[in-house]
Amino acid sequence: MRYAPCVLILPMSDLITHIVANYNYWIYITLMMIGLYAIIAKNNLVKKIVGMNIFQTAIILFYISIGAKKGATIPIIEHAHGDHGAGSSAVHAIEYINPLPHVLMLTAIVVAVATLGVALALALKVYQQYNSLEEDEILDQIREK
Amino acid sequence: MTWQLDIPILTLVVVCAIGAITVKDLLGSAILFGAYSFMMCLLWAIMGAVDVAFTEASVGAGVSTVFFVAAVFRTTRRTKD
Repeated sequence: MRYAPCVLILPMSDLITHIVANYNYWIYITLMMIGLYAIIAKNNLVKKIVGMNIFQTAIILFYISIGAKKGATIPIIEHAHGDHGAGSSAVHAIEYINPLPHVLMLTAIVVAVATLGVALALALKVYQQYNSLEEDEILDQIREK
Repeated sequence: MTWQLDIPILTLVVVCAIGAITVKDLLGSAILFGAYSFMMCLLWAIMGAVDVAFTEASVGAGVSTVFFVAAVFRTTRRTKD
């Protein structure tokens, strides 16, 4: 939003520099689209589940990258066991990486493994019923009945 | 986040993701997905999210791979795509 008016005015070389400087976001979008392609276009049920997991990890990666800062350390307060009297220095938030996205995405990882377990259990039941993991063969068997 | 470490690991992540969905063997797909999870864990450790990194290393790369291998052994290894 903040960059949108500048891009229209800037010459082509600056636009390319801007795209290259934010290369990590383009790779996250690529990973997300690989996962979406696997969910939609793959025929095997286990391949679809792998695609779902790739999509989830790409979103988690995007959120973690939002919290990262240049020149900051991990979110553990330094010298916390020193003197707490008048001489102790204040904590500066700029020196620490933002821990809020980490906590949210920790929950997302646990939810991801739970959905993976349920999805694989459903795929196992489908295989016991139809003796196949391919989507088109299963649909053919359903239509024959 | 330094780009000297960042770009090779991001490239490996994308290669592992494409490999995991194109290989014609479900056991190979499961192992490539484990490698993908481990590369992702390295990426988070570089970004300073150490708690998320070791949760992903144990849950994503460990438990998920075991689930996939168990599911492949109880069903079938071959796939058409």
